[in-house]
Amino acid sequence: MGRYVIRRLLQMIPVFIGSTFLIFFMVYALGDPVAALFGDKAPDPATAAQIRKDLYLDEPLWKQYLHYMGQVLQGNFGTAFNGQKVTELMGTAFPVTLRLTLVAIVLEMVIGIVLGVFSGLRRGRAVDTTVLLLTLIVVSVPTFVSGYLLQYVFGVKWETAAASVAPEAPLGELLLPGLVLALVSLAYVTRLTRTSIAENARADYVRTAVAKGLPRRRVIIRHLLRNSLIPVVTFIGTDIGSLMGGAIVTERIFNIHGVGYQLYQGILRQNSPTVVGFVTILVIVFLLANLLVDLLYAVLDPRIRYA
Amino acid sequence: MRGATRAKWAVWVMVVVALAAAGCGGGRSVGKGGAVRASWGDPQNPLEPANTNEVQGGKVLDMIFRGLKRYDPKTGEAVDVIADRIETEDQQHFTVTIKDGWSFSNGEKVTAHSFVDAWNYGAAIGNEQKNASFFQYIDGYDKVHPDSGSPSAKTLSGLAVKDDRTFTVKLNQKFSTWPDTLGYAAFSPLPKAFFDDHDGWIKKPIGNGPYTVRSYDKGTVMRLAKWDAYPGPDKARNNGVELRVYTDNNTAYTDLQAGNLDLADDIPAQQLRNVKADLGDRYINQPAGIVQTLAFPMYDKGWSKSGMAKVRKGLSMAINRKQITDEIFQKTRVPATDWTSPVLRAEGGYKPGLCGSACSYDPARAKRLIAEGGGLPGGKVTVTSNVDTGSHRVWMDAVCNSINNVLDSEKACTVNPIGTFADFRNKLGGHQMTGPFRAGWQMDYPLIQDFLQPLYYTDASSNDGKFSDPEFDRLVDKANGESDKAKAVSDFQDAEKVLADQMPVIPLWYQNGSAGYSESISNVALNQFSVPVYNEIKVN
Repeated sequence: MGRYVIRRLLQMIPVFIGSTFLIFFMVYALGDPVAALFGDKAPDPATAAQIRKDLYLDEPLWKQYLHYMGQVLQGNFGTAFNGQKVTELMGTAFPVTLRLTLVAIVLEMVIGIVLGVFSGLRRGRAVDTTVLLLTLIVVSVPTFVSGYLLQYVFGVKWETAAASVAPEAPLGELLLPGLVLALVSLAYVTRLTRTSIAENARADYVRTAVAKGLPRRRVIIRHLLRNSLIPVVTFIGTDIGSLMGGAIVTERIFNIHGVGYQLYQGILRQNSPTVVGFVTILVIVFLLANLLVDLLYAVLDPRIRYA
Repeated sequence: MRGATRAKWAVWVMVVVALAAAGCGGGRSVGKGGAVRASWGDPQNPLEPANTNEVQGGKVLDMIFRGLKRYDPKTGEAVDVIADRIETEDQQHFTVTIKDGWSFSNGEKVTAHSFVDAWNYGAAIGNEQKNASFFQYIDGYDKVHPDSGSPSAKTLSGLAVKDDRTFTVKLNQKFSTWPDTLGYAAFSPLPKAFFDDHDGWIKKPIGNGPYTVRSYDKGTVMRLAKWDAYPGPDKARNNGVELRVYTDNNTAYTDLQAGNLDLADDIPAQQLRNVKADLGDRYINQPAGIVQTLAFPMYDKGWSKSGMAKVRKGLSMAINRKQITDEIFQKTRVPATDWTSPVLRAEGGYKPGLCGSACSYDPARAKRLIAEGGGLPGGKVTVTSNVDTGSHRVWMDAVCNSINNVLDSEKACTVNPIGTFADFRNKLGGHQMTGPFRAGWQMDYPLIQDFLQPLYYTDASSNDGKFSDPEFDRLVDKANGESDKAKAVSDFQDAEKVLADQMPVIPLWYQNGSAGYSESISNVALNQFSVPVYNEIKVN
């Protein structure tokens, strides 16, 4: 187990270097960002040159990358164009997005698994068909449609929820955005659980458990569900990463100042230190979440062992 | 039936979650302590006066700073605020005397040093101030801000403090309307705290305006409170302003409708059709000092050879401006008939119709003129702009359609969209254009000079099309040396007629500023820079 974790952690190093390299080059390939800092005016050449020099933009690309990585390894992610340290931006953005992601993950786990279990146990009946239909609708509606729709209905029409989230982003106000963010994944979790449950419900070990006379609740939760959750856990694990990075649309709609907002702002202003820094952290989150999922397999299914 | 109870249980979970999602939040109906809650965007640069060149940072500066002069929000006229008098005999040497009794909100007195130090800071190349070029007319600018190499002086030689209330300015050219440029935020005075504790100042700016910054969470919210001891005549008429950063102006608009916001000052294009129905007379749509034009690359032989003036005029006449401003922009743009802006008003030099017939839609004449001039270079024209913001793609398509319809050809005009603004700027700077390109201009100060000299004077800073005409330059120089304002304006208008004659730049439309506000505030207006006049807003 320990050796397995160490091996996996070591494998992350080339993945980390490769991905930051790609992101760095893609962002910088967009062109010289200094020209956009002067509004509709032609940039003052002397000032622009001075800024370029300060940001290392006058060096060749490979030198810029080495310089950037050297700084990152010392914990310095550079400075955004508005004079704020990128680490400072991260300090404000990540807690907010983490909270939003947590709300989304909890919603998607609770609702998704419960719905999945029910429709899985009643395969082909009315409940099952209804749930399948609903999930189909949810999957086919893009987030920005459901986001604006729910925001308008709850925030403006009924005034039961805040249309946008306050700067402090309290948990209560994050429920609606969290639901919007979770909707599509929620539908997938439901479908995955349903299929898995429906398949395993006829497995030998379930029949044995029923034959032993175990109470139905115990059969379903301890025997059936635990085994059926493996694909679901995989999905949720990878989803943590994509929810954190992919909240751009939701964060924009509900005006949440999290990672998505900083990324959007960074891309719009071609603020390379912000974009590369945030994506680098997201890559690490993604890698760690995947490792966690692999380790969870062993917990869920005792047959899986890591040497 | 175990199944049935379980189903019930699940339903309950769903109901609880839905209720929780719906029930929480809400209840943010009024701002703290009667503050006006207004929409904001994250300022692009640190909030230093000489480093702020866009509206979002400008909003804050307009609240926390007062300079020598200020542009009257209604008339645009530059009126003395801290300046007692600014005198000159030769339009080149100025003596500035400031009023007594002004101070910064930390108690420090506003003196001649506050101005001179601030201007020296703004001009010095090492400070990388984006508005440094505003100080370019002051003598010694080329020493502190050389085009290349390191500066040979630390301060502007043209500035000299005589006593606490007087300083002199020597310009490097005659510039009669120079005092009227001093209303721009870049010329604001700065307190000692700015230089002594710069990082601290950036985190919480200190100024001398009607408001003080109470708290500033970068990227999310800034809370400003009324400064009770403000010595000026334009005291705030509300207790404070809460500027909230919105990433998406749609959300700001939704929040306005939901009662979470009092003032949204950028109505999203998608909502323009509904805004009258939603807000009624709480919707503002008024001129701002922005003009959009299509400039020709005069460095390209194909466009600058003799006879092409006819083609350029013909293209201008082939654009149906009214249809585009009505349909695409829902009247938030007005067809342009000169190269300035209505905010200048007649006294300031705005003259509708100066462009003459060349700016009105006339398909038959347009076609004839283009043919007479020898046709489009290579038989076609490509219109270029960045398309990442401002619905540029939409209007460019419309302009091209209009031209194509006039010329009865599908291929005469094509659009060349550039992905990012930075890329577009780089291509402009490299003189790589082969056809007309978008050239927007947001004025720095409401003077006709600002709409002409930086854009069309030979080798001027924003003359991206490299237009050059000795007669135009001569008239601008003459205007700048004129001591009488009305005469200067009429000289500038003569220079503008040179543009009408040559058409190196096609005026498209004047841009308006728009805003909407809630029922809980009143007396809302925008100034010429489309910034809301916050200190005049009343809370009902």
